[in-house]
Amino acid sequence: MELSGATASQLLESMCRGTTTAAEVVQAHLDAISSRDESVGAFLSVNGEAALAKAAEVDQKRAAGEPLGPLAGLPVAVKDNICTQGSSTTCASRMLENYVPPYNAHIVERLNAADAVIIGKVNLDEFAMGSSTENSALKVTRNPWDLERTPGGSSGGSAVAVSASLVPFSVGSDTGGSIRQPASFCGVVGMKPTYGRVSRYGLVAFASSLDQIGPFANDVTGASLLLETLAGHDSRDSTSIDRPVPVYSQSVDQPLEGLRVGVVQEYLGEGTDDDVRSAVETAIAVYRSLGAEVVDISLPHTKYAIATYYLIACSEASSNLARYDGIHYGHRTEQFENMVDLYAASRAEGFGDEVKRRIMLGVYALSEGYSDQYYVKALKVRRLIRNDFDAAFQNVDVIVGPTVPTPAFKIGELIDDPLQMYLSDICTISANLAGIPGISVPCGISASGLPIGLQLLAGPFEEEKLLRAARMFERETDWHTRRPSL
Amino acid sequence: MSELSNDDVRKVASLARLKLTDAEIEHFAEQLDGVLQYVHVLDELDVSDVEPMAHAVDVSNVLRDDSTRPSLPREEALSNAPKTDGRYFLVPQILENA
Repeated sequence: MELSGATASQLLESMCRGTTTAAEVVQAHLDAISSRDESVGAFLSVNGEAALAKAAEVDQKRAAGEPLGPLAGLPVAVKDNICTQGSSTTCASRMLENYVPPYNAHIVERLNAADAVIIGKVNLDEFAMGSSTENSALKVTRNPWDLERTPGGSSGGSAVAVSASLVPFSVGSDTGGSIRQPASFCGVVGMKPTYGRVSRYGLVAFASSLDQIGPFANDVTGASLLLETLAGHDSRDSTSIDRPVPVYSQSVDQPLEGLRVGVVQEYLGEGTDDDVRSAVETAIAVYRSLGAEVVDISLPHTKYAIATYYLIACSEASSNLARYDGIHYGHRTEQFENMVDLYAASRAEGFGDEVKRRIMLGVYALSEGYSDQYYVKALKVRRLIRNDFDAAFQNVDVIVGPTVPTPAFKIGELIDDPLQMYLSDICTISANLAGIPGISVPCGISASGLPIGLQLLAGPFEEEKLLRAARMFERETDWHTRRPSL
Repeated sequence: MSELSNDDVRKVASLARLKLTDAEIEHFAEQLDGVLQYVHVLDELDVSDVEPMAHAVDVSNVLRDDSTRPSLPREEALSNAPKTDGRYFLVPQILENA
């Protein structure tokens, strides 16, 4: 078996049977990174020595018959806005270029306890603000299917690491589609869990009421395996929910009887690429052929989602990013006249343009005389968007549609037009506002050879149903097995 | 009609503690104005009777025991500080003749 490119469950099985070792698995993926990452640029840092040491520890424990964690020996890449104690966590920003966290994020503790091997940290749009990874201040990440195109974002590095077979799975964060959209662009599985399902402790905050950590994988089963390690209560995140975590990987292969699939007309509207539309319609036909009932539904407030999202996300960002002051950690300017100038110059030098735009939009939306008109109004529309989903889930189990209206766009194509870039998030953004889980699975290849993603959404804490519904489609098709030639 | 003047952006940048050049102010004014024009789509909706939704899950007042726990050791808390004397974060002098 070729180790690089294998699925998480194949690798686990092979290590359990003794046909391969954790050291061989990790070395094969380090070799893949050495030979292929230069062309795609997924990784910001690779920790080969620590990864091999952890793999050796796993092999020793296995040989001694000691108990092992559920992800023992599996290499995983982590988005670089998630704190790893003692190794840099940059948020792809000049502001945090030299930041070394003194603590681990909750999910890093969970990965370590599961005996997963964190092989490195991967690129993103600066502070997770963007839809193309072009806003990284540190590196260009390219789509493995076409190096002239973006991988999507903001978790572009996490998506590319899986797509280019550099890891079987990876961790990202999703504030408005930042897991699902790059998963769609790169032809891999990506999932945003319910808000509160995974602790945000140690995730560098962008928009706290929307941010959620989730898995990428080269198949749905891999995403299930990783999610059951990431999920669970943590008292250090007061929005973390205390309820049991199902063993998703055990039920994922069971098809759902009497599945009701909702098709949202608003997600297939004007601006949807023809290839995307036909791939999604074919996917709906697959569900129908499996006995699912397909129901047309409406989410009438969809057209307001992007405006609502940008007001709320930027308002929260302007508050969260006020902590970067050039005093406690992060970049500090060399030249300043006084204290206020030290703040303003440090922040001007440390942040890129998109971060500045969003901070300023947020400050404006929250400012005296404007907050009712912008921020509070957006919070009210947010409730209407949530109500749309609550009503829809009275009649259907899952909602399906395109993850993104188009395949991956070219590097540089939208960079000077922030509004157009924002509009590409139309299908993903509502799930964050409503707090519901969503997954993107590969469902086709466009005429120009680019992957197309199918998004499934479900009600709060219905991850198990979502994964099973996604797997029902996956086992009928082979889109998830297609890999780019690099 | 443009909603956001260069002076508005200058004021916002000052509130946000971002030092911008005149050229940057001009550039951002144009882009932010475009976004603000766009968000006016929300004006189509009557939301006077809608309760604002600040969070996706209904959790409030998550309490814990008020007991002492170890905190970050000083050395680690200062480990990322751009300027420190090993005991404190160093800032420029704020009071004159201090």
